[in-house]
Amino acid sequence: MVLGTYKEIVSARATDKQIQKVSQDGGIVTGLLAFALEEKIIEGAVVAGPSDVFWKPEPMVAMSADEIIAAAGTKYTFSPNVMMLKKAVRQYGIEKLGTVAIPCQTMGIRKMQSYPFGVRFLADKLELLIGIYCMENFPYASLETFISEKMGVSMEMVEKMDIGKGKFWVYTQDEVLSIPLKETHGYEQSGCNVCLDYVAELGDVSTGSVGSPDGWSTVITRTDGGDSIFKQAVDAGVFETKAIADVKPGLDLLQKLSAQKKEKNQKTIDERKAMGLPVPF
Amino acid sequence: MSLINRIKKFFGMEAKPDIEAEPDAAKSAEGASEQEVEKVAEEKAKPRIGYIHLSGCTGDVMSLSENYDILAELLTNMVDIVYGQTLADVWWDDENPMPEMDLALVEGSVCLQDEHSLHELMEVRKRAAMVCAFGSCSATGCFTRYSRGGQQARPDHESFVPIADLIDVDCAIPGCPPSPEIIAKTVVALINGDMDYLQPMIDLAGMTEACGCDLQLKVVNKALCTGCGTCVMACQTRALDMTNGRPELNSDRCIKCGICYVQCPRSWWPEERIKKDLGL
Repeated sequence: MVLGTYKEIVSARATDKQIQKVSQDGGIVTGLLAFALEEKIIEGAVVAGPSDVFWKPEPMVAMSADEIIAAAGTKYTFSPNVMMLKKAVRQYGIEKLGTVAIPCQTMGIRKMQSYPFGVRFLADKLELLIGIYCMENFPYASLETFISEKMGVSMEMVEKMDIGKGKFWVYTQDEVLSIPLKETHGYEQSGCNVCLDYVAELGDVSTGSVGSPDGWSTVITRTDGGDSIFKQAVDAGVFETKAIADVKPGLDLLQKLSAQKKEKNQKTIDERKAMGLPVPF
Repeated sequence: MSLINRIKKFFGMEAKPDIEAEPDAAKSAEGASEQEVEKVAEEKAKPRIGYIHLSGCTGDVMSLSENYDILAELLTNMVDIVYGQTLADVWWDDENPMPEMDLALVEGSVCLQDEHSLHELMEVRKRAAMVCAFGSCSATGCFTRYSRGGQQARPDHESFVPIADLIDVDCAIPGCPPSPEIIAKTVVALINGDMDYLQPMIDLAGMTEACGCDLQLKVVNKALCTGCGTCVMACQTRALDMTNGRPELNSDRCIKCGICYVQCPRSWWPEERIKKDLGL
C-alpha cells in the first residue's frame, strides 16, 4: 500500500488559537502531544527544540504543553530526536514517553523496540510516536546555502520555512520568498535517496500538510494506540476534522507523492545494488 | 543439517512457527510478558541450556537475571540449566564430563593463553547443539579487544578473541550487556521455533569485529546515514554524539561492542517483524 497500513485518514487542525498561530500547518503534532501530556497519557515528549543557532534545532525533552508549543513548527534540517529518548527515560524519569519523528527516525525507534539488543528498559516506555511526512532532509549548511545565497535572506531574518506547491518558501517579517524545489535538489543528504517511506508508515499516527488545504493537515492513524489517542483528542475538541474526501487537493496528491518517492528511490536502490553498495531495504 | 532444522529437531518443533503462542501485537513490542512465558512453559519440552563463563564480567548473566518477573518460571519450568557456575553450580573437570546441551550461552571472549578456557570452549562445541555468543565480549571481543597483557595476576594473559575465531558459532546476541528484554524475547522465540525472529541473531554470528567507527565506514561512507540519532541512543558507554547530523565517536569511550551499528536502521532492516509487532 502506497500509504502504509492505516485505520483512518482525515483532514484536521488544532482548534486552539495559540497553536494555530505557531504551528506549521494544522498543529497536529503540537496539539496531540500537548493533549497527551495534559491527559497524562504521556509524562514528557522528545521534540525538536530551538538551539542557539537560528533554524538549527536540537532535540529536547518537553515536560509541559508550553514547552511543546515553544517547539512547534517544521525545521528543515536534522534534529536527532531518537538520541534523546534514553535520556528522557533515564535522566528525566519519564515512564510514558511521546515523540515526533521523521520516517528514518521511526525506523530506528521501531527496530529498537522489536530488537532491543543493547537498549534496556526503553522499548516499553514509548506511548506515542507521531510520524511526519518527509520527502528528504537537508544538512544545515545546505539550508543556509540556498536560503542565504540563492534567496538572499540571512537565517536570523526567517520567520517560517515551508515546502509546498513545488517550491521552498521563506517568510520574513515583510516578505514571502520562494525558489522552485528543483533548485534545492542536490542539496538534500544522500541517505534520503534510498528511503521508501514518505508518510511515516511506522508511526502510531502520521501527519503532514499534503492532501489538506492551507492551515490543515492530513492525519493518518495506524496503530490501535495512535488511533485511540487521536480520537480522544478529537472528542475532547482539540482538533476539528473534515472527511479527506471532502477537501482539496485530497488523498490523490498524497498518494501521488508517496508513489513518486518510492519509485524514484527504488531506482536509486537498484543502481546502488548494481554497484555492489549495501542497502538494507 | 541446516541450523534451522537442527534447532527444530532439538526442540522438537513443528515446521512452522507456533502462531498461537505469538504474543498479541502490543505486548510483543514490550518484550516477553509473564503470561506469554507461562504459556510457552506449559506447551513445550524443556531445552537443556548451559552457561559458559569465559573472559567476561558476569554482566551478561546479570542482565539475564534481571528478567525478575519471568526468571523463576524460566529457570524452573521453561528450561533446564544443566551447566554453569553462576546459574547452576556445575563445573566441568576430569571427573565430571560436560553434559549434552541443546543450547550453550557463552559469555566472555576467550583468552588464548588460558588453557582451561580453550578446553572448555572446544568441549562446549562438541556437547552443545547450538552455541550462542552471548554478549559482546563473546560476539565481538568488545572491551577485551583492548587487552595487551602485562598485568597481574596473569601478565601472560594477553590475547582475547571472540569465540567465533575458534569455533563455529550459531547465533550471537551482542550488547554490553544485552538488554533483559532481548534475552527474554530470544528465549521465547527459541522455544516457539520462531525462526524469523532469530534470523538476525544467526546473521550476527558472523560479526566478530566491531567498533564505533563502523558507523563512519559502513553507514556514513556508504551514503546511508540520515542523522536519525539511533546509534547515539543505543551506545551503552556514551561514546557517541551527533555533530551536524552525523555520529561522532569519542574513541576513548568506545568499547567495540557493536551495538551502535547493530541498532542502526540502515545496517539491517527487519521490516516484516516490526510491522507484525505493531499490528500493521
